[in-house]
Amino acid sequence: MPLSEKLNLHSYSLRKFKNKFFYVLCLICLIIAIVPLLSILFEVIVRGAPAINWQFLTGNGLRNNIGPAIQGTLILIGLTSAIGIPIGILTGVYLAEYGNNKYATWIRTINDILTGFPSIIVGITAYSLIVVGLTGTFSPMAGAVALAFIMIPIVARTTEESLKLVPNSVREASMALGIHRWRTTLSVMLPSAKGGLITGIVLAIARIAGETAPILLTILGNFYFFQGLNAPIDALPLRIYLSSRSHLQIEQTQAWGAALVLILIVLTLNICVRLASRGRNKGTR
Amino acid sequence: MIKLTGDNIFKTLIAIIAASAIIIILLNTYVLVTGSTNVLSTSGVEFITGKNWDPATSSFGVLPYILGTLLTSAIALLVGVPLSLGIAIFIVEMAPKPIRTTFSYLVEMLAAVPSVIYGLWGLFVLRFWVLNYIEIPLNTYLGWIPLFSGNPTGIDILTAGLILAIMIIPTVASVSREVISAVPNSIREGAYGIGATKWEVIRHWVLNYGRSGIFGAVILGLGRAIGETMAVTMVIGNATGPRAMPTSLFQQGQTLPSLIANGFSDSTTPLQSSAYIGAGLVLLAISLLINIVAHVMVTRVLKVKGGAVE
Repeated sequence: MPLSEKLNLHSYSLRKFKNKFFYVLCLICLIIAIVPLLSILFEVIVRGAPAINWQFLTGNGLRNNIGPAIQGTLILIGLTSAIGIPIGILTGVYLAEYGNNKYATWIRTINDILTGFPSIIVGITAYSLIVVGLTGTFSPMAGAVALAFIMIPIVARTTEESLKLVPNSVREASMALGIHRWRTTLSVMLPSAKGGLITGIVLAIARIAGETAPILLTILGNFYFFQGLNAPIDALPLRIYLSSRSHLQIEQTQAWGAALVLILIVLTLNICVRLASRGRNKGTR
Repeated sequence: MIKLTGDNIFKTLIAIIAASAIIIILLNTYVLVTGSTNVLSTSGVEFITGKNWDPATSSFGVLPYILGTLLTSAIALLVGVPLSLGIAIFIVEMAPKPIRTTFSYLVEMLAAVPSVIYGLWGLFVLRFWVLNYIEIPLNTYLGWIPLFSGNPTGIDILTAGLILAIMIIPTVASVSREVISAVPNSIREGAYGIGATKWEVIRHWVLNYGRSGIFGAVILGLGRAIGETMAVTMVIGNATGPRAMPTSLFQQGQTLPSLIANGFSDSTTPLQSSAYIGAGLVLLAISLLINIVAHVMVTRVLKVKGGAVE
C-alpha cells in the first residue's frame, strides 16, 4: 500500500485530530510510568518513617531493629568495592587505551552481556564456589564476590567511556614530555577522567547496595552485628525480603523502615552524582 | 621479540586483568554445568519437559517455570513496550525543551529503585490495585475465558507481569530514546517538507527508520524481565510442581529465578540442589541467547548512527 493511502490524505481535520490524540496518549504513557515511582516513594516514606528512631537504626536484630543490616550493607559495599573497583577500572583502561583489537571487542561484548545477566545466577556461582567449595560457611566474602561479578562490568564500561572523553591532546602533551605510556595512562589520563570515573563507581555502588538475589544465597542473614569474615552477615535488601514475608505487623514495619533507609542511600547516591555531573558538563561547555 | 619495558609489562598486565569478564562468564557456566550434571543424568529430557518438583520421588522438571518465565515476560513486554515507546517519543519529539531532562531523570529514577523495594511495594500496594481494578472486574465479566478464570487474589502471574512491565520501562525507554534521537534530522525535515503532521512524521518516518534499534531495545527489556528475581518472587505466589503450570493469569505461579530464590537454600537432598542449579542453567541459556541477540541488534544500529552522524 503506498504511503499516501496509509496517511488518508483526504481529511485534514482527521489528521490534525490524530496528531493531538497521540500527543495526549504519549503524555499519558509518561504519567503512567511516573505514578509507580511516586507511589513507591510515598508508601516507603509514609510506612517506613514511623519505624525510624535511634534504637531502630542502631539496635541489634533480635528486637526487629536494623543495626546489623545497615552495618552489613556498608561492609558488603566496602568488600565488593575492594575487589570490583580495581579490576573494573583496569579493564576499562585496557579497553580505552589498547582496545583496538579483536580480544578487546570480545571483552566489550561479554561485558555488555554481563550487564544484563540474571543476578540470581551469580548468587548460585558464588554459593557453589565459596560457601560450599572454599569456606564451608555463609560469609560476607561470598556475598562480596557475587556482587563484584555485577560491579566489574559496570565500572569497566564507565571507565572506558570517560577515558575516551579525555582529549587526545592531553595524552600527546604528556608523551611529548618523554613520559612513558603506562605512566601517562595512570598519572595523566586517569586523573583527567576523574569525574566520570567517580560517577561510574558511585552508580555501581548504588546498584550493588540494592541487589538482593546474589546475596540471598551467600550471606544468609544475621540478627547480630559483624562477627568476622567467616560468619553469616545481614544486609538491608536481604532484611527487607525476609521481613516482608512475615505476617507480624512489627516485622512488616521493619521491612518498610529498612526500605526507607535503603532507598535514601540509593537515591541520594544517584541524585548527587547526576547533579554533580550535570554541573561539570555545563562548566566545560 | 617483545622487549620487557614498563609499557609492555603494563599492557600485558591489564590485558590479563581485562580477561576477568571472560573468566566470570566461564566460571558461571562451569559451575552451573557441573552442578546440574547430577539432575540431568538422573532425569534426562524429563528435566525440561517434566512438571513434577518432588524431592520424595526424586523427580524434577522445570517446564512450568519455563512457561511461567515466558508468560510473565510476555505480559511485561505487552504492557511495558507501548508505554516505553510513548515515553521515548514524548521526551524526544514532543516535550518542551526545558523539561525534557527532568522527565528523563524521572524515568531513569525508576531504574535506580532496588528490585526488592519494587517487590515490597508490589506485595503491599500494587497487589490491591491489580486485584480491585483489574482482576475482579475481568473475572466477573469475562471469567468464562480460561485466561481470566479462577479465584483472583492479587498474588499471581498477572501482578508479577505488571511489576516487570514497570521495571523494564527505564531500559526500553532509554534505549529507544537514544535510537529515536539518532534518527537524522534530514529525515524529519524531508517529511515535514511534504506536509506531514508531527505524528505522521514520527509514525511513518522516525519509527520506521529506527525500527531495528527499537527491536533491540525490546529484546534488552525482555532480557531484564527474564532475569529479574526478587520483585517476582515476592508477588507471584511461588507455586511448585504441576500446580505451577500456568493456565490462568489469576493463578499463583513461578518463574525460573523465583524458583531458585525461593527454594534453593531449603533443598534437602543433593539431587534437589542440583535440580535448582539445573534451573539456573536453563535460565542462563535463555538469558544468554536473548542478550546476544539484543547486543547484535543495538550495536548494529548505533554503528550506523556513528557512521551517519560523524
